[in-house]
Amino acid sequence: MKKILSYIFGRIITVLLYLSGSVTSIIVVLIVIFLFSEGSGLFGKKPTEEGFIMAVNKTNNVKHLDAEQIKLIFDGEITNWKKVGGRNDSIILFRMDNITDFFTEEQRENPDSVIKLLGENYERLPQCISRVVEANPGIIAFVGKKYIDKNFAGKELKIDKITISDFLFGKLWFPTAHPVAVFGALPLLLGTFWVSIFAILFALPLGLATAIYMAEVAHPTVRNILKPVIELLAGIPSVVYGFFGLVVVVPFIQNTFNLPVGETALAGSIILGIMALPTIITISEDAIRTTPRSMKEASLALGATHWQTIFKVILPYSSSGITAGAILGIGRAIGETMAVLMVTGNAAVIPHTLLEPVRTIPATIAAELGEASQGGLHYEALFTLGCILFIITMIVNLAVEIISSRNKRVAS
Amino acid sequence: MYKIESKDVNLYYGEHHALKNISLQMKANTVTALIGPSGCGKSTYLRLLNRMNDLIENVRIEGTVLIDNKDIYARGIKIDELRKKVGMVFQKPNPFPKTIFENVAYGLRVNGISNKSYIEERVTRSLQNAALWEEVKDKLKKSAFELSGGQQQRLCIARALAIEPSIVLMDEPASALDPISTAKIEELIYELKDKYTIVIVTHNMQQAARVSDRTAFFYIGEVVEYNDTKEIFTNPKNQRTQNYITGRFG
Amino acid sequence: MTKSINQQIAFWILRIMSSLVVLFLVLILGFIISKGIGVINWKFLTTMPEDGMTKGGIYPAIIGTFCLVGGSMLFAFPIGVMSGIFIHEYAPNGFFKRFVQLMTNNLAGVPSIVFGLFGMSLFVNKLHFGDSIIAGSLTLGLLVLPVVIRTTEEALKSVNDSFRLASYGLGASKLQTIWRVVLPIATPNIITGLILSIGRVSGETAPILFTVAAYYLPKLPTSMYDQVMALPYHLYVLSTSGTDIKASRDMAYGTALVLVAIVLIANLIANALRKFLSKKVKMN
Repeated sequence: MKKILSYIFGRIITVLLYLSGSVTSIIVVLIVIFLFSEGSGLFGKKPTEEGFIMAVNKTNNVKHLDAEQIKLIFDGEITNWKKVGGRNDSIILFRMDNITDFFTEEQRENPDSVIKLLGENYERLPQCISRVVEANPGIIAFVGKKYIDKNFAGKELKIDKITISDFLFGKLWFPTAHPVAVFGALPLLLGTFWVSIFAILFALPLGLATAIYMAEVAHPTVRNILKPVIELLAGIPSVVYGFFGLVVVVPFIQNTFNLPVGETALAGSIILGIMALPTIITISEDAIRTTPRSMKEASLALGATHWQTIFKVILPYSSSGITAGAILGIGRAIGETMAVLMVTGNAAVIPHTLLEPVRTIPATIAAELGEASQGGLHYEALFTLGCILFIITMIVNLAVEIISSRNKRVAS
Repeated sequence: MYKIESKDVNLYYGEHHALKNISLQMKANTVTALIGPSGCGKSTYLRLLNRMNDLIENVRIEGTVLIDNKDIYARGIKIDELRKKVGMVFQKPNPFPKTIFENVAYGLRVNGISNKSYIEERVTRSLQNAALWEEVKDKLKKSAFELSGGQQQRLCIARALAIEPSIVLMDEPASALDPISTAKIEELIYELKDKYTIVIVTHNMQQAARVSDRTAFFYIGEVVEYNDTKEIFTNPKNQRTQNYITGRFG
Repeated sequence: MTKSINQQIAFWILRIMSSLVVLFLVLILGFIISKGIGVINWKFLTTMPEDGMTKGGIYPAIIGTFCLVGGSMLFAFPIGVMSGIFIHEYAPNGFFKRFVQLMTNNLAGVPSIVFGLFGMSLFVNKLHFGDSIIAGSLTLGLLVLPVVIRTTEEALKSVNDSFRLASYGLGASKLQTIWRVVLPIATPNIITGLILSIGRVSGETAPILFTVAAYYLPKLPTSMYDQVMALPYHLYVLSTSGTDIKASRDMAYGTALVLVAIVLIANLIANALRKFLSKKVKMN
């Protein structure tokens, strides 16, 4: 009896172990499913609110517009139909709330005639809109569907559905704009890379130098001081880095470069660089340490100095490990949220210098998800950004995996 | 006058007394074999001669080691200059992950030589001296890892010869090799004697007997007997030497 | 001659750059400690925030973080340790093991904000936990899971194989060997990892933004379906979107110091434990 019980117990434990062994794989799969199912909803949808349409004059030869074009038209930045492939005619904007602009002065001044035109409870509004659209060849009207007359004299303009390439290469990110939301993630993508690349440019030399120093030059006592320092750097929460950046680095940059605001890509890069240091240092140091002692001795025995040995033998030998460290550092920097959110100023524009505000993908998600209603376009767009982030980190991990497995082959 | 001379050398690894009062003299253009059981200090002594032990922490050295009548542990001695003069070949072949050519040229480059034709000439000559030239002359640009173990070891010898040392230290150079490669290395050692002073550590008694002129028998940090190789192998003075040579311990 | 001068220069550059790294830490810690130490007192740690979070204490945030750390560890620790045991002791070398390891590495590389998204989508919305301690704890638990797995693996790796063989030699089964021989030896190292991951969890902000954290909630949670305040989110709020950012600066310094102190203490304990252990091993 006891034997059977212990056998069953053993089987149960084994099954549990197998289950928990696969738990990370299951989580990764779940993340993929949830992220992508929420995020892919964005594509194939129209960027306008439900129940609204864009209408134009029947004579207008423009058939469809995309979200970005509509946004620019309603912002007054595109003022002629020629710009969007139509005839040479200036664009007249029509919104429900500026309908009286289209009345004659007389009509406007006289409350009776306004009521006559619109009806006492706006019941004649649809006919009125129809007339206005008919009368103005250059008009573009953003109207609720319920205000479209049965015999509407204008025509509905097709609005392009959101595509992946719009999302990836669109230059405008206005997720809450009216009448259309514009989801162009290019500024966010570039902002993310911009901040991360400068962070690595700053962190890699420092990190590599420290790794070399720790692995090759430093006295064991010094090394025993450096190791916990680096562990602590890795342990400080990102929100504390962000806070430090906000109260120290940002004002410093503002004063040094005499800027209107100190929240810039530079501040983000500095903070991210410091945060990426521990990753770069530990992985590079490990790589440097794996260089066989015999290589080092061979070089020294040939009259090379220690530095020559480091530079010509040890670094080339450990280069793939160092590369892996750098890539992982970039991956960390790309995914970092809070610190960046707090110090980069979060302007969704394509960056040109280090001294202007930028916005990264993680910061966008963190800043906007709270305001996006669940299941809405904006919500889905943020999940799409999450997918992009996830894909980037997968690529980073895979690259590191490939590089380090190649390294193992060389070593053996 | 001796090429290498050590007087009352003591070496400690921390508390451990690894070499005890070692005094040996070696003449130029001879082959000296250091034999003895594992852990007897023969490799430590070899590494003393190009200051390779400096790499290990907690090492303390007493006594004097003279090479060409200069104390190599004196203040102001440039270690890299010393190592240029005293080449070393290691137990396992340890070529760099570079091309065959670059492996041999490495020592020249780190010693500040940049003249291309001169480097080429020296690389060629070293490979010839190491009896490897015929086998690799068509694949100098290939990775050194493509060579066989024996070839790699001869490449390491060529690498050591390229900087024109006058002394070559060999730490069990054939222990990781097959018999045919070993025979080639031994032949090479015999030829190199004309130009270089060679000190070789070996486990292999026959090897010591075949290649060396003089033999020192080390035992627990001491030199028990040092004499002409013929004498040691035919007429050992010390009982422990005899026991070791005849294979009663080791 | 120039060779050794080159080396001198190069080594000095290395020294200077390494000291820069130390300088960063000293600067950050020094700043936070010097500014925050004056704020911290018993009252600050044990009272509710007042006056739009410009006065009073951070008690609810401390309790909230405590709940989240406890909850996430309750989830991640058993599963992580079992997973580590599976990978190191059970899984046969081959495709499956490599795959599991790859997935663990992948999960470790996933940015914390993505965990936040996932936690919101799964726990808050799909499972209808709402913004709650349980949703936040599970999300944080997922985040530290790879850390726990890795430290367990490392701890098991450091157990000498001869112990295993000796146990098998006495006729013990695999499970008995792991339970009675391997785990007791590995436990201190696993605990070191646990302490470090507590430090990690208590500082994470992005995963709790949308799963649990409350902007201002001056009461303590009564069930695991309540929202709570949490230290890292509180620091974020105080420094960027509080009612009066200037006036709450002092509160922010204090909160930052408490966060840093948690990490410092966790690291100190872990290091002390490690040192103690290595001594013990040497003695044996």
